[in-house]
Amino acid sequence: MILRAALIALLLALVLRPEVFTPLFAPFAPENGPVIYTRSSLLSLSLSHLGLVAAASLAATVVAVTLAILVTRPAGEAFRPLSRTITNVGQTFPPVAVLALAVPALGFGAGPTLVALFLYGLLPIFENAMTGLSTLPASTMEAARGIGLDRWQRLWRVELPLAMPVILGGFRLSVVIALGTATIGSTVAARTLGEVIIAGLLTSNTAFVLQGGLIVGLFAVLIHDALVQLEKYLARRSGRG
Amino acid sequence: MLWDCAPTSSVIAGGLALGAGLALGIPAGAPLRRLGGSLLGLAGLILLLVQGASAQLEGAGDLARVSPAAGAWCLLLVLMLLMADALSQLRPGPRARAGLLALLLAALAGLLWSGVLSDLSVMQEFASRKAAFRTAALRHVALAFGSLGAAALIGFPLGILCHRNASLRGATLPVLSFLQTIPSLAMFGIMIPILGWIAATYPAAQALGIAGIGFAPAFLALVLYSLLPVVANTVTGLAATPPAAIEAARGMGMTGMQRLWKVELPLAMPVILAGLRIVLVQNIGLAVIAGLIGGGGFGSFVFQGLNQTATDLILLGALPTVVMALVAAIVMDILVDLTRRIPERQP
Repeated sequence: MILRAALIALLLALVLRPEVFTPLFAPFAPENGPVIYTRSSLLSLSLSHLGLVAAASLAATVVAVTLAILVTRPAGEAFRPLSRTITNVGQTFPPVAVLALAVPALGFGAGPTLVALFLYGLLPIFENAMTGLSTLPASTMEAARGIGLDRWQRLWRVELPLAMPVILGGFRLSVVIALGTATIGSTVAARTLGEVIIAGLLTSNTAFVLQGGLIVGLFAVLIHDALVQLEKYLARRSGRG
Repeated sequence: MLWDCAPTSSVIAGGLALGAGLALGIPAGAPLRRLGGSLLGLAGLILLLVQGASAQLEGAGDLARVSPAAGAWCLLLVLMLLMADALSQLRPGPRARAGLLALLLAALAGLLWSGVLSDLSVMQEFASRKAAFRTAALRHVALAFGSLGAAALIGFPLGILCHRNASLRGATLPVLSFLQTIPSLAMFGIMIPILGWIAATYPAAQALGIAGIGFAPAFLALVLYSLLPVVANTVTGLAATPPAAIEAARGMGMTGMQRLWKVELPLAMPVILAGLRIVLVQNIGLAVIAGLIGGGGFGSFVFQGLNQTATDLILLGALPTVVMALVAAIVMDILVDLTRRIPERQP
């Protein structure tokens, strides 16, 4: 708990008051070179980074969960093997390759990054949602039918809440991947924290690399941790944990 | 337009094959029909590509390039997926799958070797960079497989120790999963100063080729990423050994080491290999990022291409990476099936 608070404080300080860390990073910067990244504010970069990840992950969640609901209904049964194959094949595609392949189609900027994050985020969520929805205890489903819930009510009140921890697990996986992949988005001119790291790599200024790396790493670790806690809470509530 | 892209006869033949293939392949039903449809469609698509490329280049200057646009790539992807789906429904055994994979790779190699596609711009890009491509391929393989080997060397003993010792397990696994959440670009970036410092402080390390940029930081970052799947799967695999088997081994008078080598490890092998599969596929993808820090590999083409907005150069880097990852995944799946001693319960 203390560690968590300390990490959050460190992250906030790094983003909001980077100049405080000048003495810390100074040994890593080249002689007379800039120590703190000032070309654009770290706060706006962080916000745009998180915005990209959030937009892509939320869109991916909506689409993936809808698809998973469709293929777990009797009507969509026929598509289940095909969707399995797509998921399996899709997950072997390297995220960087997806990003790179999206550029010729969409040009530079936030667009290809968003698409790559969205496409790559679909798979873990879809897979987990399908697992969650198709492994519900049969007795619960029977009971839901027994108390007279219709199909929609069963879906909204029983199936989705019960599958939520598993779906959230997929969401967490794809958010963490997206946070990492978004840094690479800077190579295609999306505004993300990767900009700081790449600026550091290009001018061999290790201070920049460390700053960017630390901020992205802290975001990833904290978001991962928060989602794990949420999952545990939901699992306890639905009696699966 | 489709009609203008090639001689009429081949357009009709290719288009018909493509249409028939899609018509056969897309409706759900017998997997064999879907397989046939996808093969027919692929043949049609390739025919169109081959005929189209040379027809388009006729009379154009030496510098003219032809490349398939988004539609062709999408068709290719759809047909490949249909084929993969049909094959997975036929459930061939591991040996049959190995044969099929060899056949497919041979067909791909034959297609590339025969030169019928050499008019396409990606292939021209390849032709002008043959030597660089070979070095990049070797470097990519060295990065992905080398880090896998190093991770296995460290991870197996660590996993076995973790299996025996619960407190070590409690300390190790969270650290490793923490490493896994660090974004790749940040990890590669952070390796640079650390290794740079080591190289500057210890001349011996520098003599070994360890330096701040290049192969070493990329390799080390990949090893760190690989440790979690290797250790976690070793622990899971060993923990899942049926107690009866261990009991029987003890009853036969096997020592602890013998039990480990002759009973527990062979039984845990499918799970351990599944961990190695995750690592290999992940590392082949991550090794692309090595291109950014001078580590070589296919990533150098991808990022060069991105910097120069040269689509063909991006494809030259990305396509082999995708193929490599797919092949690695299929081969590892086959190995997992081959080592499975306990028959799995059919769902």
